Amino acid sequence: MSNFLLLTVYGLADGAILALAALGFVLIYKATRVINFAQGEFLLVGAYMFYTAFVVMRLPWILASVVGVIGAIILGVLVERFVLRPLVGESAISVIMVTIGLSSVLKALVQMFFGTSVREQPKILPTGSIEFLGATMPVNRLLVILIAGVVLAAFTIFFRRSRHGIAMRAVADDQQAALTMGISVRQIFALAWALAAVSALVAGVLLADLSAVEQNIASFGLIVFPVVILGGLDSVPGTIVGGLTIGLLKQYVSGYADPGLAEVIPYVVLVAILMVRPYGIFGETRIERV
Amino acid sequence: MATATGIHHRTYRAELRLRHTKAEWFRLALVIVLLLVVPYALNTYWLGIANSILIAVVGAVGLNILVGFTGQISLGQGGFLAVGAYTSAILSTRAGLPVPLAIIVAILVTAFIGALFGLPALRLKGLYLAIATLASQEIIMFVVRRWGFLTEGKGYIEVPRLPFIERETFELQWYWILLPITFVAVLMARNVFRTSLGRSFMAVRDQDIAAEAIGVNITRAKVTAFALSSGFVGLSGALSAYYTETVTWERFTLDVSVLYLAMIIVGGLGSIAGSVYGAIFMMLLPALLTEVGQKAGDSIPFITDQLPAIKNAIFGIAIITFLLIEPRGLDRIWSRMKDYVRFWPFRY
Repeated sequence: MSNFLLLTVYGLADGAILALAALGFVLIYKATRVINFAQGEFLLVGAYMFYTAFVVMRLPWILASVVGVIGAIILGVLVERFVLRPLVGESAISVIMVTIGLSSVLKALVQMFFGTSVREQPKILPTGSIEFLGATMPVNRLLVILIAGVVLAAFTIFFRRSRHGIAMRAVADDQQAALTMGISVRQIFALAWALAAVSALVAGVLLADLSAVEQNIASFGLIVFPVVILGGLDSVPGTIVGGLTIGLLKQYVSGYADPGLAEVIPYVVLVAILMVRPYGIFGETRIERV
Repeated sequence: MATATGIHHRTYRAELRLRHTKAEWFRLALVIVLLLVVPYALNTYWLGIANSILIAVVGAVGLNILVGFTGQISLGQGGFLAVGAYTSAILSTRAGLPVPLAIIVAILVTAFIGALFGLPALRLKGLYLAIATLASQEIIMFVVRRWGFLTEGKGYIEVPRLPFIERETFELQWYWILLPITFVAVLMARNVFRTSLGRSFMAVRDQDIAAEAIGVNITRAKVTAFALSSGFVGLSGALSAYYTETVTWERFTLDVSVLYLAMIIVGGLGSIAGSVYGAIFMMLLPALLTEVGQKAGDSIPFITDQLPAIKNAIFGIAIITFLLIEPRGLDRIWSRMKDYVRFWPFRY
């Protein structure tokens, strides 16, 4: 029982981070119809930017977070302006490949500046543990769930209440209609990339705090795909459901069956879902016409 | 098929010909002479790279059949290469099949598995399909890594050297084995698109609903495209197994899928010649960078230290640059160059 609870906490923490990473992914897809294969590298770059501010420049962690957020916004806007905007209207394969190329460049840049060795970063979250129902719970993972929950809630409120959030939803729904209503689609695209980079930054920093600052953070980007397929490529609530499901599933499989199997099980789920529901569980079905 | 202006066809047969003008035949002759001279002009190191290019060309052509001609995005190339390599290696080392037979079986098995993983394509399109093929890549990788009996628990398979290959002339002999195989494979792929099957692939790519309306069997076209493409990829994988003499999962990761996609993007989607150019470009790029890096590294040590990272960065920059500047790849650049010369001094 205590093992089960522990796995659940680990799974929820992983799932919460996954949901954050997937949120950025869905934001970009919803607003711009781009599949971002560089999402994992956004996490990686985010984690290293925070590391630079926090450890190298010795800023207090609040200031370091601010520096990280500003860096992430700049990264997102630059990528949108110089890499994705020229490709508006191009085929799916071009857009996929350009983000793959981008991921290769980002990863190489991180490798050039920081090398491949694992960087130690002082833990921001307390590392103790609390007793609950006979299980020893790591505090930092509980806090990760909390922080991710707060960030996700903030994003949801932003979409529902704020002017820009509503404009984003309008663009996602129908670009031309949004244009006629005086919404700048360009600004919304830039905003989507900036927000995606920020949510990736949060995910990257949390992930780095749980493990370490290293190149492996980028591999988290691939597990985002089962998450978004489970939730639907264009569904924000779907990312939370999908993230938590995949996070729990991975932990249970690795805890009760085989850690190796846990790496591949999300993809098996992905194929199974796509066979039954080609647009994911919460995804919007599109009617195609000639 | 779009042909250059100034060429008039009087019969359908003439229009379907692969080469229309004397200049095209002349260029082909030049290429053949070049290919015959290459092994005697290059040293062993560069001949080895030429051999890797020949193997990659087969794989790139296979991927282009699927992605460029049928419009089905696949990130599962690495996985299918692995199927070809493992099948042929296991068949010839443990079942004792003669090598040509093992290669043929490997092609068939890969084609079958490709068709199997192509089944989701019947319901999925574009981005969703790309993600589904990513899953097939990961699942195949899991299987070849974790099913110990495939490699008898060693994690890799050692393939014995072909009996007639000598150590001293290894690369040269392989060149003469690979060249005809690659040549035939490329010719076959080129010819597929003169048949109704090939045309149906292109119809599915351009507008699948319209294709269905004019009587193209989409299910058949998509599954055949997956099978045919995987057949080529299986051949490439099998050849690489015998050529490198070891089969390990590290050589078939997602990075390999990405590399092959980069080849056909850089070369030109929907062009057989483009896949050849792309494969040459993408295989030469790291070799040339190593060469340049070593020269420059003497004066600037930073380059030597960071060579792998620099290679990755240039790989990514190459993809992005091509997509932004010439999305139709080297093939288009080449045809523009030809046009420029042909119409000189006029612009068009």
